[in-house]
Amino acid sequence: MAGRGRGRGRGQMTFNLEDVGIGRGDSLPPTTFKPSPLFPPMPVQPVPLQTGEEVEYMLALKQELRAATKTLPFYIRRAAPKRDVDRYSDKYQSGEPKDSTIEWSPDWSRLPKELCIKVRENRGKRPTPQVKRTKKPLVGKEEILIKLETLEKKEEAVNSEEEQDEEKKKTNEEEEQADEEDYEEDFEEDTDYIMSYFDNGEEFGGDSDDNMDEATY
Amino acid sequence: MTAQEVRLCGLLLQEHFGEVVERIGTHLLRGGAQNLRTIANETNTPLDLVKKSLCVLVQHGACEFGSGRRGPGSPVEYRASCERVLRVLRYPRYIYTAKTLYGDTGELIVEEVLQRGHMTMSNTVKTVADRLTHNMEEGRSMEYSEVVSAFSKLVETHFLQRCPPVAEMGTAATSTNPATPGTPAASASTAPPTAESNPDCYKLPHVTLIGRGKRRRSSDDSEEQRGGKKAKMDSESCGDEGIYWQVNFERFHQHFRDQAIISAVASKLDQTSSEIVRTMLRMSEVTTTQTAAYTQPLSANEIFRSLPPNYSISRPILDQYLSLLVDDPMEFVGKSGDSGGGMYVISKEPWPTWRELHWSLWYRRGWCVCQSWFGSRSARIFRLLLRKRHLEQKQVEDFAMIPAKEAKDMLYTLLSENLVQLQEIPKTPDHAPSRTFYLYTVNQLPTARLLLQHCYKTVANLIERRLFETKENKRLLEKSQRIEAILASLQASGAEPEQLTEVEEMITAPERQQLEALRHHINKLDSTENQVDETVFLLESYIFSTKTK
Repeated sequence: MAGRGRGRGRGQMTFNLEDVGIGRGDSLPPTTFKPSPLFPPMPVQPVPLQTGEEVEYMLALKQELRAATKTLPFYIRRAAPKRDVDRYSDKYQSGEPKDSTIEWSPDWSRLPKELCIKVRENRGKRPTPQVKRTKKPLVGKEEILIKLETLEKKEEAVNSEEEQDEEKKKTNEEEEQADEEDYEEDFEEDTDYIMSYFDNGEEFGGDSDDNMDEATY
Repeated sequence: MTAQEVRLCGLLLQEHFGEVVERIGTHLLRGGAQNLRTIANETNTPLDLVKKSLCVLVQHGACEFGSGRRGPGSPVEYRASCERVLRVLRYPRYIYTAKTLYGDTGELIVEEVLQRGHMTMSNTVKTVADRLTHNMEEGRSMEYSEVVSAFSKLVETHFLQRCPPVAEMGTAATSTNPATPGTPAASASTAPPTAESNPDCYKLPHVTLIGRGKRRRSSDDSEEQRGGKKAKMDSESCGDEGIYWQVNFERFHQHFRDQAIISAVASKLDQTSSEIVRTMLRMSEVTTTQTAAYTQPLSANEIFRSLPPNYSISRPILDQYLSLLVDDPMEFVGKSGDSGGGMYVISKEPWPTWRELHWSLWYRRGWCVCQSWFGSRSARIFRLLLRKRHLEQKQVEDFAMIPAKEAKDMLYTLLSENLVQLQEIPKTPDHAPSRTFYLYTVNQLPTARLLLQHCYKTVANLIERRLFETKENKRLLEKSQRIEAILASLQASGAEPEQLTEVEEMITAPERQQLEALRHHINKLDSTENQVDETVFLLESYIFSTKTK
């Protein structure tokens, strides 16, 4: 009948238990009724870690690399959510990353066209001969603004340099920022002409509307 | 793409590129090839962030793009590569190898290229020169030409290679890859060109870079401006736009394998034979491709001439060593002819010799794992089974000299952990249990895969634990960082010792202890990650070598 033999001695199985090695009269370990403990006691102590100059050097390298990657432009952070009220200083103080701009300029010829995003214009040095900007009517105002902005940036750069630790990557990045050529057009609200640094008509549909402070015309 | 691999990749992406890239990356790894809109919709991320993340992933070679499945008109599809992301774990080892081979300059070059994914030669040279200048004493700076020579050495020995040209997508124009002739232009299934398929893979571009590294000075702005302008002019005149260089991981792996062979020879035979093998390997470094079965045959005369000068052994002794190596059961070296005083080859990946070597390196790992999980006697059983292939229960007890009860216990533990398998050999066609042999055996390949997955899980756990520890003590770490910054600025502006001690005392003694303990733990975890990665490399290359057969 069903259930015969269950609970009394061991049940019947399709193979001979002796061949597998469980002889008659041997007691098996007790059955478990709960999952194994989270931190089971270890029967054997683990082998100690290797030590030596090579190991320490690689350790230092690893930690440095980790710290350095956080400062590179490849570390993508979400833009901070907008504050309650738009402030005037937002136009001139945008050290925060924006979602719609990319912090570094990849080689667009190696990437599919759909991935093109506006490269973030850095508020660093600008090339003094602005030959392309023929549409701008008021040149004098522009130069004053340029000077103000570069002074501001220099001040910021000096401050930030004093406060940070000796990190090679930081200095590297600053150098790169300083050398980058760029010009701000979105911040020059005086003109009615919006010029995009990179305009292939994709932004016409306004898909990057999310964080734009100025109205589209 | 197993679950453990994806988990580990996710953690690595998060550490190096942030959470956004991690989300996109894991989605791609789990879901296979997808196009831009699908990714944005399924991960609920704004389109711009998705674009940025994909740019980052492609820059670092972790993601490839190609035309969609439905032909040239369909949207571009992106595919992430798990293997490439896992390489991030091995970056310190690559950089350290470059340092041992080519000094500080080589080390910095490889570090820069690894961190940026791929770079042009001129960019690399400038950045490295500036970094080196920064570390030198006042008044000295690094010449570009020295950096260029280190760079060219790296390229000559194939440690750096050009990035493959990007294939044209969705056009009927000729493919930009010259090495795939006859591909139908409208086919959407052209495989992405590999770096090796480009015949100019290791050719340096003709650029003349003249200059010195620049030192960053906070007080020397006028010089900086002039220097900055000069750099701009230089970058415009460098002729190597569009030629990007990346690290050739396979070459580094070959180097690690060679080192493993040399140390195996050294531990089995002696130092001189390992030097001989090292010379042979060095001579055939560049002439052998990675998947070649044997190295090119080298004559004993050539070997004799290429031995390093401080190992001056006479010719007959060299011949004796070579014959010793040939006769060794591990078959490190094979003899392939008699011209030129005897032609010798080192087997790289033939059956079964390189596999034997790999296998022996691998089995030691397995044995170590066994030992650390279950004790040395289980390890003995494991080793026995590897040697003798198939054994019955009784034989295991006899050979291992372990009492029956304990042997049984250990065997069952090993069986339950899948390190050991049971093989049935029936005596009669009806597989009656009483007339069947049950043999214990170790299946090498599945066990190797199992161990590899365990390793991935281990590393992922280590990373998570480290993140947990850092998060727990975040407040303390931030405080100590701020204090260090204040100290540094005070020292730079010349403060008195009392002020410095005052600032230092802002961290109390128990906090200091806590910080010490935290640093100790994090160092241990990091160091363990590095060492587990060595095992991962060994297991991966073993599994790869079995695949190519």
